[in-house]
Amino acid sequence: MERTIVSHQRPKYLDLFRIRLPVPGFVSILHRISGLGLFLFLPFLLWLLQSSLGSPDSYVRYRAAFAHPLVKLVLIGLLWAFMHHLFAGLRFLALDLHIGTDLAPARKSSWAVLAISLALTVILGVWLW
Amino acid sequence: MVKRIIVGAHYGLSDWLVQRVSAAYMAVYVLLFALVLLIARPANYVAWKNLFTGQAAKLATFLFLVSLFWHAWIGMRDILMDYIKPVSLRLALEVAVVALLIAYAGWSIQILWSV
Repeated sequence: MERTIVSHQRPKYLDLFRIRLPVPGFVSILHRISGLGLFLFLPFLLWLLQSSLGSPDSYVRYRAAFAHPLVKLVLIGLLWAFMHHLFAGLRFLALDLHIGTDLAPARKSSWAVLAISLALTVILGVWLW
Repeated sequence: MVKRIIVGAHYGLSDWLVQRVSAAYMAVYVLLFALVLLIARPANYVAWKNLFTGQAAKLATFLFLVSLFWHAWIGMRDILMDYIKPVSLRLALEVAVVALLIAYAGWSIQILWSV
């Protein structure tokens, strides 16, 4: 069978600094980055869980670690990563069910994911501080 | 109708499903756990520890952590497949991720069942 090969003038290597991602793309890459961040901090989170549950003494150590401003900043960062990953994930589950796949609703739900996860992070972050 | 012949290892579909089922379980667990925290408001060690003393709580939490580790494996594998092109390096990193996650699962058992 004969094939015709159509050659398009398409850029093969995309310049990341010249691409303006649409909002759904932005939510998507943040979903990936937040997931990676949460994975990298798993040992730290497990250590916190272990010290919080281990013994009254280790609970004191856990409270002391938690009280440190730097630890709090990291935890608030992880809180944002978790919130974004959760709500972007719920959005992806809805898309799997063919809910909100049109352009306008997809954009709207992307803004909602960004806004809700940021708002919850700020509220919980202020409360935790 | 187009009849497609599907070739390949077929693990894609089961991974896709595991990713979603584990996500759904984690979402439900987190929601329930947040409600428990709001109701119980554990303010000291004993109150906090008591949330985890029952076998059901331990098992539900263990299932959450296993869902998390399995979910993380699929996500990390996707990331490594996308960005790490040299096969040997990718394989080494994949093995490292699997080894870490299995170690975390063992650690989780130790944490939960020493409460």
